[in-house]
Amino acid sequence: MADLSTNFAGIKSPNPFWLASGPPTNTAGQVMRAFDAGWGGAVWKTIGEPIINTVSRYGGIDLGSQKLMGFNNIELISDRPIEDNLREIAEVKRRYPRNAVIASLMVESRRQSWHEMVARAEDAGCDGLELNFGCPHGMSERGMGAAVGQVPEYTTMITEWVKEVARTPVIVKLTPNVTDVTRMAIAAEQGGADGISLINTINSLMSVNLDTLAPTPTVRGKSSHGGYCGPAVKPIALHMVASCAKRVKIPVSGIGGIATWQDAAEFVTLGARSLQVCTAAMHYGFRIVEDMIDGLEQYLEAKGFASLKELEGRAIESVTDWGNLDLNYKIIAEIDAEKCIGCHLCYVACEDGAHQCIEEYPKPQGANGGNGAMRVPRVIEEDCVGCNLCALVCPVAGCITMKEISTGLPAMSWNDRVRRQQREAGIAYTPSLWENA
Amino acid sequence: MALINIAPKLTPEQYEHNFRDISPPLTPQQARIESARCLFCFDAPCIKACPTRIDVPSFIKKITTGNLKGSARVILSANILGESCGRVCPTEVLCEGACVMNEQGERPIEIGRLQRYAVDYVLDNNIRLFAAGAANGRRVACIGSGPASLACAGELAKWGYEVEVYDRNEQPGGLNTYGIAAYKTRAADSLREVKLVADLGVKFHQGVEVGNDISLVALESKFDAIFIGVGLGDTSALKLPGEDLEGVYGALEFIEPTKVRPFEGIDVGRRVVVIGAGNTAVDVVTAARRLGAEQVSLVYRRGAREMSAFKYEYELAQKDGVMFHWHTQPIGIVGNGHVEGVRCVRTRLVGEGRKAKVEPLPETAFVIPADMVVGALGQQPLLSLVQMLPGIIIENEHLVVDRETGQTGNPRYFAGGDCVNGGREVVDAVAEGMRAARGIDAMLSSSAALQGGMPG
Repeated sequence: MADLSTNFAGIKSPNPFWLASGPPTNTAGQVMRAFDAGWGGAVWKTIGEPIINTVSRYGGIDLGSQKLMGFNNIELISDRPIEDNLREIAEVKRRYPRNAVIASLMVESRRQSWHEMVARAEDAGCDGLELNFGCPHGMSERGMGAAVGQVPEYTTMITEWVKEVARTPVIVKLTPNVTDVTRMAIAAEQGGADGISLINTINSLMSVNLDTLAPTPTVRGKSSHGGYCGPAVKPIALHMVASCAKRVKIPVSGIGGIATWQDAAEFVTLGARSLQVCTAAMHYGFRIVEDMIDGLEQYLEAKGFASLKELEGRAIESVTDWGNLDLNYKIIAEIDAEKCIGCHLCYVACEDGAHQCIEEYPKPQGANGGNGAMRVPRVIEEDCVGCNLCALVCPVAGCITMKEISTGLPAMSWNDRVRRQQREAGIAYTPSLWENA
Repeated sequence: MALINIAPKLTPEQYEHNFRDISPPLTPQQARIESARCLFCFDAPCIKACPTRIDVPSFIKKITTGNLKGSARVILSANILGESCGRVCPTEVLCEGACVMNEQGERPIEIGRLQRYAVDYVLDNNIRLFAAGAANGRRVACIGSGPASLACAGELAKWGYEVEVYDRNEQPGGLNTYGIAAYKTRAADSLREVKLVADLGVKFHQGVEVGNDISLVALESKFDAIFIGVGLGDTSALKLPGEDLEGVYGALEFIEPTKVRPFEGIDVGRRVVVIGAGNTAVDVVTAARRLGAEQVSLVYRRGAREMSAFKYEYELAQKDGVMFHWHTQPIGIVGNGHVEGVRCVRTRLVGEGRKAKVEPLPETAFVIPADMVVGALGQQPLLSLVQMLPGIIIENEHLVVDRETGQTGNPRYFAGGDCVNGGREVVDAVAEGMRAARGIDAMLSSSAALQGGMPG
């Protein structure tokens, strides 16, 4: 079996799957059950001066019959006393020494407060610290969470305070609610962080109840923006993880919509060393980690990777600026009339939403279901721009595929083109503003 | 009822259980999941497979968004009998048979049940979706109050026509009220749909037989156009010796009581033999079993492959424990005053397919004992009323109409439904009723009509 064991900046766990800081890691009972189910680690629900939570805390968005495509919450950090949380961390570590327990911390932005909190958490025996600079609601209004994570100077400064006293690895958890998350990643690294984790939840307003006109989740007719997460945010998280992994040397813990081993593997290819999961565990329970581990092992073995480490960052170099993409690469859609069920979704999508390059003709006699009565789509190859839309809307697996067409031209990106034009015009190459950034 | 060997009565609960909805209404949860399965095809084959061209993807999409009123509007605009069609349409050979899900080996969307779900919402909540159009001063009579007339009348009323329906039965609705198996739809369901049409201002004259109680001449003097939606007549005679014995019935005569009377008051023989193998024959055998008959046999001179009943109907009869006598031709009803059995011979088919000739086999006569015999060989045409009208053309016992307009050879008269198509589905009758409505409107709106010169 492929080796899934993980060493994240010195924090060791039997596999990369950690429960993210949140409701599933609120108590020792939950964390121990999670470890029994197979989770490699757990980031404790953020510890700080106890808060009071509202009643009605979560909101969801469904897609068709799929529940919780997206999820949000207006819950704050732990509402339990600091000493209870720390005592339970100590108990969990005593009983599960091989699993990673990371204390997520959030206190007021005073040096002394952070020094005291760090010492207490480490005395409890945690394997590492995660600084919650990401919580987007409630705490940020009090100068904590995202209020820190949105200002690079604060991020650096508080990380430095923590590092002055910390004996265990320090992970800074980043908020996505910024214009450029890589600046925050760099700020954390400059402050001495041993790793970063991202993304925290995204500012969101879940929905409005159209009968009461109250936003959700509703607290006596009102609501507040909450943190958005779940499968819908995964592409956003992948982009931010990849961007940060390119810019910092410290390891990255990937968070955001991870629900399957495929999700996990994708994050790893983009540079994540450990993976944090919350919504999926809240939706289906701790048992989901079983197939995440099993599936990831099978995948690594099938692809010939001896360990997860070998997969880490494999796709990262392929993430590049648009200006570096080859403009002479060409694919076109190919529709398998045999497999076509005649829903015409590709046709209308191309006709109304893309480039009008699908025509329809009677399904050939003798083809599967072909009696001449059913019309099937066909790609007008010379017009197809290879946009993928038809393949994306087709409900039949493998019916529409994109096949590469040789243009006979050498690779040439936009940037290549600009450079060549400038060279031919005798102008010295001037990098764009973005290339300088 | 002149039966001497009556099957023991069941309890009211057993009757209700036996005649319960064979396809129960969807729950909101089921409707949510089922509607979400729909791919929302463009130029969808289910629409083309529906004789009334209901925009199926559109109404299902509206169910997914909780817009049930809008969904029902899509359905009922195309087919005012959308509720009963949702219940009784042979969807497996129409919309659901055309569903693209079949192409990938998946269960088709339950279009019929979703359709009923949406329409039930507006019927249950008394939501009125349509109003009569501003009166245009023109008047149309519909003869018969079955699906074809209802569709024609409803459509014309929306456009401002003053429509009156004449029907010989006590209750309106035609076969929807009197002739469809009770486990598919009850008379009360049919009357709810009639109310949709009545709400548009259409007047119903029930218990009035045109030709008897009121003449065509009288109708012609009062109305600008007349729609003939009389359907078919009595069940065809068996033309067998002994047919007059007590205990021999026609299919509709047998089914009608199950629609309009309490089940416990309906006598059924212990042993019932049904002659014929169409959908109506299945309605009879299944109803007989549900009423408590102990032994129900279906006798057909051809084989199972040749039976005209849909596969789904055949399976229903199989599940009900009906005995099938294939390649068996009745040659007489035996009995002494009362029916005691059906004398039959075995047959074989000579030739291929539906045109194969039935040949009785010698020395094979036998008697199937029976306390009740029901003939289900189709209905007689009911065209005596109109056959004397100038211009009317009747071919193969069907009224001939223009394919585009539903107009008969006599320009004042339009027609649709079973009297034209020889006996098809409710949805076909609706489509033909609506076609005639468009035809009538086109004729009466034409300039010639506006100048007062009525054709014919």
